[in-house]
Amino acid sequence: MTQLEMARVVALQGDEAVAEAVRQCDVDVVAAYPITPQTIIVEKLAEFVAAGRFGGEFIPVESEHSALSACLGASATGARVFTATSSQGLAYMHEMLYNASGMRMPVVMAVANRALSAPLVLNADHGDMMGSRDSGWIQVYAENVEEIYDRTIQLFRLSEDPRVMLPSAINFEGFILSHDKERVRLINDETVRRFVGRPAPKHRLDPKEPLTFGAIANPDNYYEFRMQQAEAMRHALTVFDETESEFEALSGRRYGAVDAYNTDDADKVAVVNGCAAGTMRAAARGMNSGGERVGVLAIKLYRPFPTGEVASHLRRAKSVVTMDRSMSLGAPSGPIAEDVKSTLRGAGMNQPVTSLVYGIGGRDLSVEDGRKILSLNGKEASPDDTSVMYGVKE
Amino acid sequence: MSWRELEEAAVVRGGTSSAYLVSGWRVRRPVIDEAKCTNCLICWIFCPEPAIVRREGVKVAIDYDHCKGCGICESECPPKAINMVMEP
Repeated sequence: MTQLEMARVVALQGDEAVAEAVRQCDVDVVAAYPITPQTIIVEKLAEFVAAGRFGGEFIPVESEHSALSACLGASATGARVFTATSSQGLAYMHEMLYNASGMRMPVVMAVANRALSAPLVLNADHGDMMGSRDSGWIQVYAENVEEIYDRTIQLFRLSEDPRVMLPSAINFEGFILSHDKERVRLINDETVRRFVGRPAPKHRLDPKEPLTFGAIANPDNYYEFRMQQAEAMRHALTVFDETESEFEALSGRRYGAVDAYNTDDADKVAVVNGCAAGTMRAAARGMNSGGERVGVLAIKLYRPFPTGEVASHLRRAKSVVTMDRSMSLGAPSGPIAEDVKSTLRGAGMNQPVTSLVYGIGGRDLSVEDGRKILSLNGKEASPDDTSVMYGVKE
Repeated sequence: MSWRELEEAAVVRGGTSSAYLVSGWRVRRPVIDEAKCTNCLICWIFCPEPAIVRREGVKVAIDYDHCKGCGICESECPPKAINMVMEP
């Protein structure tokens, strides 16, 4: 990065980093409703508006359902739009999530992940986004504040690419990342604007040329519209990679669809997403320096799932432990476990997979926990129908 | 049609409902008693479809191709000039 492009190094909370990225990305419309632990994003953007530092329209709405509805209306006109939510708010948006993806609106949303009620809890798990896993949104998980900032910028490019035109969500654990203050190397406004460009949708809502978006489909064509979304998701894998390359050229930073630590040289690999990836790497480094052979595969891009990369990084592992920070009640195992198992089986690999659940409702995960997880012998759960409920009080 | 050819996101030009005939939806049809009708246009305002037709110099008429038979016009008509009659 040149001196000019690197604006400054600052300490930002995860939520603040999102707001700063949105301010820089030339966003036309923000419609959002505050909810803990996403609140700081909305507060910061409101402050930017009050201080004349944000040129877009800020629509204070009465609910998350309205927030995303307002975003869709704005997006249909060709505007660049952003919203943010958490937990119950995301649940309240659920209906509109499918309208956003079905109408191919490139909305970008920040989700400060928080467990769902009841019982009411404010702390993190991935249950909120996993509940909307199949809504047709691109889903990215960050593990530190700078990554949250970088991904927010990248997602505008990815979502608005004509080959993609799908909404996207940047996920990060509530409080752990949303309120944690970390060092962020900001990129200057001019460089960010040049990188994101302007959206150029094929169709724009215009009173002079009336259009219907998401018109009624019937059994003879609904399936085909869904197939178009599946194809767009497939393109998103390629465009994600291109976007990262361009971003790397201006910032020197690249995360990948997955981040592999020591997977080529490990007997056991833990597959994890979100901020626990760093904890697991710290645990693995300690164990490897003591002569063990363990690795960590962090899933950064969760939808579309980078099947090929996951398979190639797990090829050498003798056993795998998957780590889900959400509970899929009544399912054979958690969502990441299911994705990894079908990826491995599809690639003709048959190593044992231990499905593990952790961190539910904000339960902390320490480096020592990571060590214990990487030391599981695989016999704690029968491979295909139960999960290890790590850390639950018996 | 193949998914490759369909217009993305089901985007269509406005005005498609004029080509969509709903006559078969009706159980009862509105019939206007021309003698009672004052051409006040209340039915034209309340009709949720473009099924009441305003005409220059003459009283309103029903466009049966676009009338679903909901009966709102009958209940709103001030001089009770519209009656819902069973379809044959």
